[in-house]
Amino acid sequence: MERIPILKMGDNLLVSIQVDMHDRLAMTLQDDLTARIAETRARGVLIDISALEIVDSFIGRMLGNIAAMARVLDARTVVVGMRPAVAITLVELGLSLPGVRTALNVEKGMELIGSRAAGPDGRHQA
Amino acid sequence: MAVIKHESRTLRDTEDVVRVRQAVREWAIACGFSLVDQTKIVTAASELARNAVLHGGGGTVRLEALNDGARRGLRLVFEDQGPGIPDVTQALRDGYTTGGGLGLGLGGARRLVNQFDIDSRPGTGTRVVITRWK
Repeated sequence: MERIPILKMGDNLLVSIQVDMHDRLAMTLQDDLTARIAETRARGVLIDISALEIVDSFIGRMLGNIAAMARVLDARTVVVGMRPAVAITLVELGLSLPGVRTALNVEKGMELIGSRAAGPDGRHQA
Repeated sequence: MAVIKHESRTLRDTEDVVRVRQAVREWAIACGFSLVDQTKIVTAASELARNAVLHGGGGTVRLEALNDGARRGLRLVFEDQGPGIPDVTQALRDGYTTGGGLGLGLGGARRLVNQFDIDSRPGTGTRVVITRWK
């Protein structure tokens, strides 16, 4: 079955979406990621969407669901690399991705994920 | 206004939604759309194609390249023979959903294009026509 690979790096999971996802593939990614967060006790999830040419309401919902599920499992999600045209379209569509942290690129995204370790109790910094 | 080129495609499953996104992208590029305009019409097409598959039980989309004097445009006609939408005004409102989604599909698609027409009657199906001009 077609799947999007999930890489583990230290305490974090990395996903780079390189294909135009059909809905079932997006759902599979959501389920796989949630399972991997629990399995690996990951503290951070970084999703690179720089190859995505569009984010419609379905993919937007998937990103929101992943962030929400990760939060419940005590992991922080950062979505990185959104193309400017995608961001403009997303806002006009009416989606502002509430609850999803974003960063311009992988480097800044890793900084965001890493910064939570600097919190006073070392736990999730909202 | 003249239709300079047209093509019809079937919408059966969500993989067809991906194919339609790709086709609309190619047509939008051929029409000379900017990257943002391409992204807008492809995103609108994705929402409407998914609606036809999920709510209409499948359908078709007709792509039309338009020429109106100096203006070029892309018109997409989505049709299904599904159950139809009993209250179109309600369906266009953000947050209204029957499919477990975000309820942004129809209203969102309307905001992404220059012209949006919807004709739906319970029992006969739904027809949505969108146009974006360069």
